[in-house]
Formats: sequence, C-alpha cells, structure tokens
Amino acid sequence: MPFYRNIAAKIALLPMIVISLTVFVGCIIYSFVYSLTNSKLVPVMNYVGFDQYERLFKQRKWDVAVENIFIYGFVFTIGCLIIGFLLAVLIDQKIRGESLFRTIFLYPYAMSFVVTGLVWKWVLNPTFGLENSMHMWGMTWFELDWLVNRDLAIYAVCIAAVWQGAGFVMVLMLAGLRGIDEDIWKSLSIEGVAKWKSYIFVILPMLRPMVVTAIVLIAAGVVKVYDLILALTSGGPGYATTTPAMYVMENFFSRANLGQAFAASIIMFISVVCILAPWAFYEFYLRNKYANN
Amino acid sequence: MKKIFSILLTIFIPLSFTNVSKAGSHMEAEVIHWWTSGGEQAAISEFAKAWEEMGNTWIDTAITGGDNARGTTVNRIIGGNPPTAAQFNVSKQFVDLVEQGLLQSLEEVASAEGWRDFIYPPELIETCEFEGEFYCVPVNIHSWQWMWINNDVYKQVGLPVPQTFEEFLAGAPKIQEAGIIPLALGGQGWQESGMFDVVASSIMGFPLMQSIYRDKDLDAFRDGRFESVLNTYRELNQFTDEGSPGRLWNDTTAMVIEGKAAMQVMGDWARGEFAVAGQEAMVDYSCVIPGKEKYVALGGDVFVFPKNDDPKVKDAQLAMASMMVNPTVQAKFNNAKGSLPMRLDVDTSAADACMQMGLDLIQNPDAIMRESDDWNTPAFTAAWGDIISEFRNDPNYTVAQVMDDLEGVLTSGL
Repeated sequence: MPFYRNIAAKIALLPMIVISLTVFVGCIIYSFVYSLTNSKLVPVMNYVGFDQYERLFKQRKWDVAVENIFIYGFVFTIGCLIIGFLLAVLIDQKIRGESLFRTIFLYPYAMSFVVTGLVWKWVLNPTFGLENSMHMWGMTWFELDWLVNRDLAIYAVCIAAVWQGAGFVMVLMLAGLRGIDEDIWKSLSIEGVAKWKSYIFVILPMLRPMVVTAIVLIAAGVVKVYDLILALTSGGPGYATTTPAMYVMENFFSRANLGQAFAASIIMFISVVCILAPWAFYEFYLRNKYANN
Repeated sequence: MKKIFSILLTIFIPLSFTNVSKAGSHMEAEVIHWWTSGGEQAAISEFAKAWEEMGNTWIDTAITGGDNARGTTVNRIIGGNPPTAAQFNVSKQFVDLVEQGLLQSLEEVASAEGWRDFIYPPELIETCEFEGEFYCVPVNIHSWQWMWINNDVYKQVGLPVPQTFEEFLAGAPKIQEAGIIPLALGGQGWQESGMFDVVASSIMGFPLMQSIYRDKDLDAFRDGRFESVLNTYRELNQFTDEGSPGRLWNDTTAMVIEGKAAMQVMGDWARGEFAVAGQEAMVDYSCVIPGKEKYVALGGDVFVFPKNDDPKVKDAQLAMASMMVNPTVQAKFNNAKGSLPMRLDVDTSAADACMQMGLDLIQNPDAIMRESDDWNTPAFTAAWGDIISEFRNDPNYTVAQVMDDLEGVLTSGL
C-alpha cells in the first residue's frame, strides 16, 4: 500500500499516534528505567539493578494481591457471564414489563464502583447490616460475616462486582438473542429440541461475538479494579483483599516508595501482555488469515 | 473602537495600580493541609486568621487524607507549581525533598528569632534540622499513648479503671459477660499498628523500643520481650468485636462514648470527640497513659515551604513560618486542635484534665518518646505495619513467623 494513499486520514491520526507513543510507550519505558533505581519520594537515578523486583517477589502482601486478582478475575468474569446470560434468556421469554426489568437489572451498572462498594459495605457489615437485621427478626442462626472474614472477604468483593456487572452482560446478550433469526427457533421447535438444550448448544455458540465482547470488557475491568475494593474493604481485613493496583498506588503515594511502585506496575504490565498477546494474536491475526484464505 | 479602548483602560489602569500599591506589604500564600474535620478546621483557621490580620491573603487547599495531601504536594513540587506551604507529619516523610534541595531553608528567621532556644522538646528541632539549617516548622505535638475509657462501664461491672494493659486484660472477660465490647478497635492498618506501638512501649519501655526501631539491634529484638508484646497484642485482640475491620477511628471512639465498648487505644485527637459529645474528662471518661512508666509520644505536624523562583514567595514563607511559632498563635491553634504546643511559654489555661496530664508529663525529658517514623522512612513503617496488621487479622500467622518477617523488614535497609 503506497504511503500517500488516504494521506488525509493518516495526518488526522498523527496526533493520536504521537500521544500514544509518548504517553503510553514513553511512560512504560520511564517506569521501567526508574524501577531499577531505589527512588523513594521523588524519582532519582540511583541504579540498584533488579533489587526492587527481588523485594517485590518476597512480599507476602504481593502474593496475596496476585492471588486475589486471579480469584476476582475468575469469579467476576464467570459470574457475570452466567448470571448475565441467564437474565437475558429469562427476559427473552417475551415477558410482561420487559423494559422495567431491563432497567432494574442494568441500573447497578450506571453507578460508580465507589457507590457499589459503599452500599455492599453496609449490607454485609455484621454489626449493622443484613446479619444484624436478621438477628433482630429472630433468626439468630443467620450468619453473614464474609466482609470481616479474611478467607471470604475477596468473594464478598466478587458479589458486589457481579451485582454491578451482570446487568451489562445481560444487555449485550439480549441484543444478541434478539438478533437470532426466528426461523432458527422454528426449525428447532420442529425438531423438538428442548428449550434449554437449544439455548446452550445452538444459540450460545451463535452468540460468540457477544461473549467475546463481554469477556474483553470485563477483563479490562478486572486488571484495573481499585475503587470498588477501596470503598468496600480498603484492602482489609489486614491486607486480605488487596490487589496489585492497590499495591502500586500505595507505594506511589502513601509509602513514598516509587521504585517499588514502578517495579510492581511493570510486572502488572508484563502479565497483562502475557495473557492478552496470544489471544489478540489469534483473534485479530490468525482468524483473519484463515477467513481470507 | 476608541470607545472600547477607553473602557479597557478604565478597567485595567486601576487594577494595575492596586497591584503595585499592594506589592510592598501584601503577601499571598497557598497552604496545602489535610485538616478537614470540625476541630481540625477550627485549628487551621486560627492560622488563616492570624495571617489575614497581617494584611495578607490565605489560599486554603484542604485535601482529605494525609496520604492524598502529601501526594499532591510532592506532585506539585515536581510539576513546578509548588504551594507556599504544605503540611507533613513529624517524621521522615519529607527528607527526600530536603535532600533534593526542593525546600526553602528557614534558617534566616530561625536563627534571628532563636527557635533553637524555645522549641520544646528539643527532639522536634532534630526533625526539622538538616546540616544545621531549619527546613520545617513544628506546630504541635500529638501523642498516641492514651487509653480512652468509659467510666460508667467499669462502674457497672464493679471494676476499677485499669491503668495498664495487664489490668485491662484481667477485667476484660467480666466486661464481655456484661454484653459490652471490652476493646474498641477500628481495623484499619494505621489504627492497628498505632495501638501496637502503644502496647509495645508500655510493656517493654522506650529504651528497648529505641534500640529496635532506631538502631535495628537484632539482639534486643530477639531477647524475648518483643515476643511478649506480640502475645499481649494477640490477647487484646480477642476482646474486639467482629464489626472492627475497616471501621473509622471516630466511629470507634463513639462506641466508647455511647458505652457500647469499654476502652479504645487512640491518640489524643480522640479527646475532641468526647468534648463534642459533651463529656467531661475524668468524670464521664478517663484518659489513661498505660504502663508503669508513662510516656508522651512526639507525633505531630510540621509545615514545610517548597522553594520557589519568585523572591516574593520566599518573603511570604519566612513571614508565615515566624507567625506559626508565635506564642499567641500557638495558644489559639493548639487549644482548637487539642494538641500540645511546641513551646512551653504558651498560655494553656484552657486545657482540660487530660491535656494537663500531657502538659505535665512532657516537661520531664525522660518521659518523651519518639515514634518509629521519626527514624524510619514511610516505606519501612508501612512494611512493618503490614505485618502487624496481618498478625492481628490472621490467627494462623504465628508469633515465630511474625518475628522472622519483622526481622526481614529490620534488615531490609528500607
């Protein structure tokens, strides 16, 4: 393709290219360079090799953070997909008041994660939340201490996140379901396939683009999760619900430990690349290649 | 066109004149701080009032949360848009700024006014002095070393008000039986490690604490007394409630005020909460400095003045530094804040019984205690605090493991 083809479009894109090169690539290089220093409150060029990375991997807190992001990523993604799909299927049954239900289920998504976090913080708090109400109604056997139990607190975070994200997946899926041709349903009913079977084995594979879109959008939210946890648990109890993003922010600001923060953010970056690169390669390159051939 | 020009002239000429006429005496100062609660705001406005009475303008940049405020200050200094003055804690938080030459030396006004003669205790001078020059202004002293106790609760169960953690632990089961939470603790990292240091100093004494926190003396660390502190701390934590994680300190103080809980370990800023609730020191509540040897910790706040190319800013900075240590301003400020002043010749007649205890104690140099962050970087104290917080929250984290991990922090060179 000659260079001057679509020259106007290329010129129009130039500012964006310059910004992404300087801001994104530039900052990544900057972060990497300073992750090799022992910068504390201000960045200083004091080379210490890979000490910061060594220290990072020795941190119990970092291990917990990495474990949490995997738990959160898995539960949040799967939870949103399953619940979102189920809700979409249920709404797709030509029910009465569909738009009302759609609004109700999508509504949490309109809220910021901070609000979601605070709401669930009150609901799940054992001394004045749901548990307390149940006790007052006489159901003293009821126990809901997830938020203050260090082993379960991360799942409490997942519940809040799924509550917020499921409605969004539902809308995506519903759009997909509405795009399914009536004839397919007709032929399925002529064949006498059970409804649940047709949804799982026929319709779901046809929704593949929707599922992929949903996964990409959810996954992007997983890596940067910060505000929800800050509002809900502030990383506690102890540091049981801390995440890599929180670890980075903490070291940047309150701990005045820039070198460590840079090292942690570089590791975050590398792991995201490791996870996304093979998939992106497949999705955008290989598939096109096969499709074209 | 002519008309527009003349209108513009009439607008701008007087403006430019006023600017010129004010330049000699009028100074403008932007101050970044994190004093946003009721009592705190009353305190900072004493500074603002005094500054405005001098004929100057005070631009208030209040940012919630010390971490955020300090982060903003550093970002703005590095970004080339420094504030006139910024708040930090009495600690090592701003050492890097001094070492990078980003702060204004206050030596000119400090030596002219003889700060070294009146700043008390002298440990505060150490915090601010680098290579013989002053770089910060200490404005107050806050001590963590307090137990806040609801007297009614102890009357109700028929026990005397405890004076040590051992006495508290002895009475705690009885309080629990009466359906009251013995220990009110907010489960945030800073509250957990703050209480830990109070337990540590009251059990093993300040000299040992100093050899661990300052000198990183591993023999002192391993001689068994630190382990007993950890054990006591774990015992204390049996007596908290399950609503503890993430609770704010003032909500926790409210539990003691309302009689839902018997005791809270918290710094002297908690006194303000009791005062607002209309309670009287030593009548409705007791403030106890726990332990046989009683200490006042030298926490508190300082202001630093980032360097600026504009010479007018430097004048404003020196004038403000001098204003902050002024005894009259100090009296008003500290009465509003509930903290101890940083000099002895200040009128403290408005002090209540608890504050008086602190004032009496601080005159004895042996009772003055330093905190870990006076010697250590924020990275060190935070890494240490993480372990303490995890120890409190994870019952499977054994004392032996904690000792190893803490030793790791001590030897990390952070």
